[in-house]
Amino acid sequence: METAILETIALRHVYSAGTPFEKTAIGCVDVRINKGELVALIGHTGSGKSTFVQHLNGLLKPTSGQVLYNGTDIFADKKTTHNIRYKVGLVFQYPEYQLFEETVYKDIAFGPKNMKLSDAEIDDCVREAARFVGVGEELFEKSPLELSGGQKRRVAIAGVIAMRPEVLVLDEPTAGLDPKGCDEIINNILEYRKQSGSTVILVTHSMDDAARIADRLIVFSEGGIFMDGSPHEVFSRTEDILRIGLDIPAPTAIAEKLRKLGLPVPEGIYTSEHLKDAVLSIKKGGCTNA
Amino acid sequence: MLKDVTLGQYFPGDTAAHRLDPRTKLVGVLIFIIALFSAVNWISYGIMLAVTIACIAISKISIKTITKGLKPLVVIIILTGLLNLFYTQGDVLISFWVITITKQGLKRALFMTSRIILLICGTFLLTYTTSPVALTSGLERLLKPLSKIKVPVHEMSMMMSMALRFIPTLIEETDKIMSAQKARGADFETGSLAQRAKALLPLLVPLFVSSFRRADELAVAMESRCYHGGSGRTAMKRLKMGSIDYLAFTLGFIMMFGVIALAYFGL
Ligand SMILES: Nc1ncnc2c1ncn2[C@@H]1O[C@H](COP(=O)(O)OP(=O)(O)OP(=O)(O)O)[C@@H](O)[C@H]1O
Ligand SMILES: [Mg+2]
Repeated sequence: METAILETIALRHVYSAGTPFEKTAIGCVDVRINKGELVALIGHTGSGKSTFVQHLNGLLKPTSGQVLYNGTDIFADKKTTHNIRYKVGLVFQYPEYQLFEETVYKDIAFGPKNMKLSDAEIDDCVREAARFVGVGEELFEKSPLELSGGQKRRVAIAGVIAMRPEVLVLDEPTAGLDPKGCDEIINNILEYRKQSGSTVILVTHSMDDAARIADRLIVFSEGGIFMDGSPHEVFSRTEDILRIGLDIPAPTAIAEKLRKLGLPVPEGIYTSEHLKDAVLSIKKGGCTNA
Repeated sequence: MLKDVTLGQYFPGDTAAHRLDPRTKLVGVLIFIIALFSAVNWISYGIMLAVTIACIAISKISIKTITKGLKPLVVIIILTGLLNLFYTQGDVLISFWVITITKQGLKRALFMTSRIILLICGTFLLTYTTSPVALTSGLERLLKPLSKIKVPVHEMSMMMSMALRFIPTLIEETDKIMSAQKARGADFETGSLAQRAKALLPLLVPLFVSSFRRADELAVAMESRCYHGGSGRTAMKRLKMGSIDYLAFTLGFIMMFGVIALAYFGL
């Protein structure tokens, strides 16, 4: 059995327990995240994704249940809980609102500084992280407030990457960006993963991205895990996915339509690459027939 | 967490206390405070305590919520009690080392702490059972006569309702930024006072920035809907007094005059 780098056992979280506003955000979630995996978390709004990921680095304490990092309980003692933050880097939803330093450089350096690294090491971490997310050195001395929304987002992501976490968790890193910006950030993340070999957990609302880049999909619904499997396993259950308010990737939908029109498009198309290949092969077939 | 601060929070419900007109509750709290400060003896404090307990029971607020609300003020309550206990002259009950406790001191400490606790409970009850919107519209209506002498009552109540409206938002935002900075290893809980003050910077800067942004956005949103202040505006929900309000008024005044009479005649 593979070693799970992160594991949750019967994780449950209730917000505002004991008041009229009591709300069970997640109930009984068991997940094993293996080392090196790229996992995408998908689920409708309010399904508990953000709540779940905040447990992974100990920001939220479970109402009941456990979170294990490499087999040890992250809430065992205060020190462990604090140190886990450097091991599991969490980029929040809309992270640009957390920037606070006078310059971009200092802001990215905030995490490494808290780790009490030497100045040289901090410098190393900052430059490396900035390179990963495509923040040029000419921006280093600017105030984060002067940057555009997309640039701020990159700086915020760099602020977490700079801690060189073993697991990188990103909560909707592309929300509110233009398509080009989204693609760039996704590619940055893929590049980062390739070079650092770290485990990545990505919360996303984009089924296309999830299908394209993830090794594994975890589908949340109503605070529980609805499905857990490869993109193929998940998206082949089209009806279930639609029923819980999610969508299938656009290429899959197109392939289905083409199939309905009587074209010989195979099943199991989840990315635009696959779709392109399938369509091209039909075209070739059509030509030879004529 | 910050979220758990229940002070001044509104708990929706459908009890008689929730249905009362906000004006009744505002005036009621005023009457309650006057009575509380007129109370001088055991009987009058007993009455006030009974009234408070009755109100809590009517509004169906759990004792747990109340004690949770009192928690942040515990230090003040205890301090008041101790100061009154040790620094009141009179018949000595106990005396050792530098500490002397007098009979009068004991009585005064008891009275003062119960006065503070009851005062807090009374005002809590108001905010617990009245939505901020109702509260400000009640206040605006009550203060309306002042607009005759050019007091900007509407503007003031508008500002107040906005402030109240944004308290939860601010708390939520603070929570979020705090978590985000904690995720980068910020430590708000340990260290010396100076260190902790410095650790607040990563929290305060984004908070200020976003507050200004919010204020700006709100102003634009209001202007683009042609908001132009008080004159000629009508309310969507009109306040209306019912029999339950008159009943509450009657009981309130009986309580107040009762307590004042008790003090005056020194029973
Ligand atoms: N701080 C909080 N206090 C109380 N309830 C909360 C809090 N945060 C989230 N919730 C509730 O918990 C549930 C799960 O929220 P969560 O933010 O985890 O959802 P999500 O899957 O991340 O949604 P989205 O896709 O919109 O980001 C929601 O119903 C939400 O209303
Ligand atoms: Mg979320």
